[in-house]
Amino acid sequence: MKSLQTKNNLSNFLVNFTLILICLIWIVPTLGVFITSFRNSEKIFQSGWWTILPHNEYVKTGEIKIDESVDVNGPITVDGVTHTFEEWRAGVVMPDGKQLTWYGNKRTRQIDIQTQEWIWFETGMTLENYKNVLSGKEIRFKDGSGQEIVRQGNNLNSAFLNSIAVAIPATIIPILIACFAAYGFAWMNFFGRKFLFTIVVALLVVPLQIALVPILQDYTKLNINGTFLAIWLAHTGFGLPLAIYLLFNYINQLPRDILESAFIDGASHFTIFTNLILPLSVPALASFAIFQFLWVWNDYLVSLIFLGDQNRVMTMALAAIVGEKGQDWHLLTAGAFISMILPLTVFFSLQRFFVRGLLAGSVKG
Amino acid sequence: MKPVLDSKPVRLILAVLSAVVIVFLLQRGFVFLRDTTASKIVIVVFAVLWGVGGVALLYTVANWIVELLPGKWVARVQPIVFVGPGLALLFWFLAIPVFRTLVLSFRDPTGQKFEGFGNYVYAFTNRIMIETFRNNFMWMVFGTFFCVSLGLIIAVLADKSRYEAVYKAIIFMPMAISFVGAGVIWKFVYTYKGEGVGISEIGLLNAIVLAFGGQSQPWLILPPYNNFFLIVIMVWLQTGFAMVILSSAIKGIPAELLEAARIDGASEFQIFFGITIPSIQGTLITVTTTIVIFSLKLFDIVRVMTGGNNGTNVIANEFYLQRFTYSDAGQASAIAVILLIAVIPVMIYNLRQFRESRAF
Repeated sequence: MKSLQTKNNLSNFLVNFTLILICLIWIVPTLGVFITSFRNSEKIFQSGWWTILPHNEYVKTGEIKIDESVDVNGPITVDGVTHTFEEWRAGVVMPDGKQLTWYGNKRTRQIDIQTQEWIWFETGMTLENYKNVLSGKEIRFKDGSGQEIVRQGNNLNSAFLNSIAVAIPATIIPILIACFAAYGFAWMNFFGRKFLFTIVVALLVVPLQIALVPILQDYTKLNINGTFLAIWLAHTGFGLPLAIYLLFNYINQLPRDILESAFIDGASHFTIFTNLILPLSVPALASFAIFQFLWVWNDYLVSLIFLGDQNRVMTMALAAIVGEKGQDWHLLTAGAFISMILPLTVFFSLQRFFVRGLLAGSVKG
Repeated sequence: MKPVLDSKPVRLILAVLSAVVIVFLLQRGFVFLRDTTASKIVIVVFAVLWGVGGVALLYTVANWIVELLPGKWVARVQPIVFVGPGLALLFWFLAIPVFRTLVLSFRDPTGQKFEGFGNYVYAFTNRIMIETFRNNFMWMVFGTFFCVSLGLIIAVLADKSRYEAVYKAIIFMPMAISFVGAGVIWKFVYTYKGEGVGISEIGLLNAIVLAFGGQSQPWLILPPYNNFFLIVIMVWLQTGFAMVILSSAIKGIPAELLEAARIDGASEFQIFFGITIPSIQGTLITVTTTIVIFSLKLFDIVRVMTGGNNGTNVIANEFYLQRFTYSDAGQASAIAVILLIAVIPVMIYNLRQFRESRAF
């Protein structure tokens, strides 16, 4: 019995150890971005984000000026130790444990004295990056060498609002339309009902690339390209197959007697729909709503094609920073986090519904 | 007075009139939204109210009108009001475009002149296109394999742990992050500064390589390995999906079955391959096909990380380039048709499942 116990403990330990390891790999990249977004821009370019952890580091404690008479192209002697310029620049550890490092180029004639010290916490955490990336006005920050850079802000503020203006209607409209359609398919009799629903099922996996070229032609003809209406319609069209399919499966399972007794009481289809079916379908509606909201909020391709620059959403704005200023990590990390706040909140607070939607809809491509 | 207002024809006229007014107001709202220079917040609030309220109003007024029709007509017209708008949008945005794109794929860049199979010949012979096929194949094989197998391993292991919910939430979390956001996160992991005095790498991967005595590398411009560094991002994003679905299938395996096997002295490995895998076979197929389709259509990650340069191009990115960079609607359409043909087996499988489910 005892050996079984130890074996169980061991396998338990192995299971948890493996899982913790995988979870660490999963979470560290995001953690790095999160930490970086609060660091001083100058520090971001100089050192990795993990240096905010307690560590041992060389810290400058003084400096030595090299006399003009010393030839910097030959061997240079400092405090009785002789090295070439290149070696001094890479840093030399002196017998007393201090490190001497040449600062800048040959003409600076300056050597920094550095001693090893424990750094417990990084000072100078800031919200400056968030302020800068949200702003549409001129922004200032320091690069790795301490030089101040002035630049036009990325105006994520307005992109965030645009994302909301796109995502909320593009979530609710398809649900409304799909709910009516699902009710029709489930409770009404009409010609071609089965054939039409088969088309819905067939369209579940159609790649939306197939629609982009013709729809763009239509939008240009209708002169609605770049408007909110255009992108709501596109997201509605592309989201409808899954929405109708999911909601039909749910509404079709509701007990038939509810409907029949309502009919006997003289209620119309519309009354039954609004007063009975909608409230009863809330779990299914919530599942799909989260699904669609995350999809629309995180979408890049559809907005890239149908939304103009004046209405650009978060993903477009973020991708633009990657494109123009691929190395501006202080802006990128803060921007990435702003784009993630809302979906992550929705996701973690409504995870239960999301999982249910996933399980019901895993046929979609 | 009252009986007149209450009579059906009068109410019908009133209903139609209000429908006209609503449509007019919605149209004015659209023009306002398009041309306005009001502050962003006003626009956002107005847009949300206009869009959501407009659709709800249209349904309400349409039903109002229909229910005032003579009895026989209600049953005939009401299905159109319920199902019609949804189907109309489906046909406009998905069903009809399939045929329109098919026609366009045989035409020249502007869609004016018939060009025969030229676009398809190009698609299957051009060096860049063949590279995208190779890359998508790598995404499909490696991406899917790692997503599904890691998802399965995590689902099985987490099932045995007390902290299951925590582990699963962490693995699942990337599902809420956009591909663009994920691109930024991983670009930061892969970032490269290069050699030079006094430079320390700020990218995690290069820092780890340096710590183990290696040389830092510009990972994203090193073909063919850069493809794998991109595939890692997809695995990071999609493993949670595979895990959640497989986990719920694993929980559906009857406990008696597992207990009986344990009493018979089966090892955990024997149980995994002998019971778990066969029991969740159907779910495994569903998850695998979903992720295969996903990797086929993959666009955002490549677009943001490399733009398809340095041997990382994929079909969906080439579609985008053809349509929007080279303005070749014909070529882009041919690529879209190829994507569609690739998913047809899954479509047939879905239809067959649907017929067997006898939902109708």
